[in-house]
Amino acid sequence: MTAIDVSHSGLAAARAAFRTCRFTGLKVDIAAQRLIMANAVAAVVFLAVGGLMGLLVALTRWPAVHLLPSEWFYLVLTGHGANVLLFWIIFFEIAILYFASAVLLGSRIATPKIAWAAFVLMVAGAIMTNVAVFQGDSSVMFTSYPPMQASPHFYLGLIIFAVGALIGVGIFFATLVVAHGERTYEGSIPLVTFGALTAAIIAVFTLASGAIILVPTWLWSLGLVAEIDPLMYKVVWWGMGHSSQQINVAAHVSVWYAIGALTIGAKPLSEKVSRTAFLLYILFLQLASAHHLLADPGMSATWKIVNTSYLMYLAVLGSLIHGLTVPGALEAAQRRNGYTKGAFEWLRKAPWGNPAFSGMFLSLVMFGFIGGISGVVLGTEQLNLLMHNTIYVPGHFHGTVVAGTTLAFMAMTYYVLPLIFQRDVIWPKLARWQPYLFGMGAGGISLFMMGAGTLGVPRRHWDITLTDAMHPFDLPSGGFLMMGLNGLAAVIAAAGGILYILITVGTVLWGKRLDKGEAPLTFPLHKQAATVAEYGSHATVKLPGTIILVSVFFLSFVLYYFVNWKYLSEIWLLR
Amino acid sequence: MAISPPQNRLWWNEPIERVEIGWVVVAFLWGLFMFFFMIAWHFIGGQNLSTETYRITPAAYEQKVATFAEKYQVSEESGVPVVRPPVGEDVFILARLWEWWPLLELKKGQSYRIHLSSIDWQHGFSLQPVNINISVHPGYEQIITLTPTEAGDFGIACNEYCGIGHHMMTGRIRVVE
Repeated sequence: MTAIDVSHSGLAAARAAFRTCRFTGLKVDIAAQRLIMANAVAAVVFLAVGGLMGLLVALTRWPAVHLLPSEWFYLVLTGHGANVLLFWIIFFEIAILYFASAVLLGSRIATPKIAWAAFVLMVAGAIMTNVAVFQGDSSVMFTSYPPMQASPHFYLGLIIFAVGALIGVGIFFATLVVAHGERTYEGSIPLVTFGALTAAIIAVFTLASGAIILVPTWLWSLGLVAEIDPLMYKVVWWGMGHSSQQINVAAHVSVWYAIGALTIGAKPLSEKVSRTAFLLYILFLQLASAHHLLADPGMSATWKIVNTSYLMYLAVLGSLIHGLTVPGALEAAQRRNGYTKGAFEWLRKAPWGNPAFSGMFLSLVMFGFIGGISGVVLGTEQLNLLMHNTIYVPGHFHGTVVAGTTLAFMAMTYYVLPLIFQRDVIWPKLARWQPYLFGMGAGGISLFMMGAGTLGVPRRHWDITLTDAMHPFDLPSGGFLMMGLNGLAAVIAAAGGILYILITVGTVLWGKRLDKGEAPLTFPLHKQAATVAEYGSHATVKLPGTIILVSVFFLSFVLYYFVNWKYLSEIWLLR
Repeated sequence: MAISPPQNRLWWNEPIERVEIGWVVVAFLWGLFMFFFMIAWHFIGGQNLSTETYRITPAAYEQKVATFAEKYQVSEESGVPVVRPPVGEDVFILARLWEWWPLLELKKGQSYRIHLSSIDWQHGFSLQPVNINISVHPGYEQIITLTPTEAGDFGIACNEYCGIGHHMMTGRIRVVE
């Protein structure tokens, strides 16, 4: 039997075609490359659809514009959530998984045919759910809380998409096994692959939770199951809904490390610390379902506290560690590159004109300061009362998923295009500005929605003037101002998003071909990115700039945390 | 390089930078503090969400609220009863498509046991401008003890999406001296 296995795998290995990347020296499996391209293209298509819907949502919630009628608003808001939060991000993540396994390990991808089947399933599922949404009787929001019911094919589309994604994750694991078995690399897998492995393990938990709750809900929509308990649904659904955001965190942190390596030759300060931080994600991030049940009946305070804090904030600890080790690795690399003056020459002279670098750094800063801090505050058992289901919640997760994940993935695209599609990025001047434009918009929408939520503006709400309500009352005028500023920021973010789509599509179609000739890259790689001779943990180096940055972050965190407790202590008494 | 295997195969034995160890310790301690502060607030704080919950059928809850409203109704506004329960009495609020029913009149500084449940879909109790936000489920009756600390008219919006009339769903609590 062993003999059969060996000869079979030998055959597959012999059949796989490779090219050697002339910029990085990486051995790239052609089958993996095609799969990465397909998944990345699908991701961008769904980003375009979902992003446009996001703009329509923001323009409707801009009180002075109030663009869509209510039916359309709720329809488009449902589609926005599914398209960007699930389809864009998970297609891109599958591309990252294939890249981090096959390409970084120099291996062939396992079972490319099954990987294509997974891709087809994902596309079919995503289209099916979109059809259900556009038919108009499934405006149940992304969360689809029962007893509100959508069409059966709304749930079925999500299930098919999840099955496809789960197969994709399986291909990633199988590729790790193939690479290990065929000895395509030596020692441990690279840190970026390790981070991707973290994301994949969390993805299994996530997609399983989704199946456990969506399959019965689908049967319920067909009339085959009598009742879905709304509280049980929320506990299990958020095992998918929130944990899928943890896939994003693990994936975009990996992207930060990867871009740091590609642009300035950064290497982890310590493999041990960075990998342990990823391990903390696997162990504790899945408890986050509780974040959505802090203001709900039926759960004990003990359950809430243990789960919402990811067991004493051990998963937050993972992110806080990356919050130091990523800028630390960048500073160490820049100091090695010769920028040693003062505390911040390394940062001032960083390649800010390279959209991969600027996008990565903006993503890092905004994910920490906006998404991270607000997430912990929002997830504190009692503080949640102040913001639960207000528009503060979308404010928080636009800080994590848009300013954090989406911006990091956009930044990564500026290397996916030349290295995988082998096309040089077109319109470099515009590309240079794209991350700033999108980042400014994304940071703006996050902050303004958080501000409006603090003033009580509800989420998923068509008309905060409450004009048609039976007992109208006035929400604070500051909330209206914030929603207007949110609309403006959304227009800026949309401009950045449209630019991203144009550059990406334009480059794929008309970018200068890099596979022929010796043309250099418009956005060059760091010279050390091309050599794998010098790697491993970084030797001791002083990091004054990083220490200052992290101190500022920590002070902001502590201050904002206590400001909210002060605010809570002033509301009505409640026990 | 973060994109290539670590050079030192026994990377686990490499020493850790001092700055990293320092930050890990600070971050871990801060996490512990935040964890224990949530527990502490149950003892030192005046704002903790009760977890007292009972299962109830929507029809039974609707009946309880109707009895309560009939008993303590003092007036009517746009067809909706205004209810002034005696201090210390159990108070019932019903969430349905698309209203919070009935309107309430409470006394400042007095504690009331407020019952919350929905008879159809999920709703979000959002008291404004106080900014207290609580999820309301059908089939679950949650009881919170609430003490208004200021007088005036307070609106209740719905902040859990509940269909096409979601943005019209409101209610009111009037707090008198």
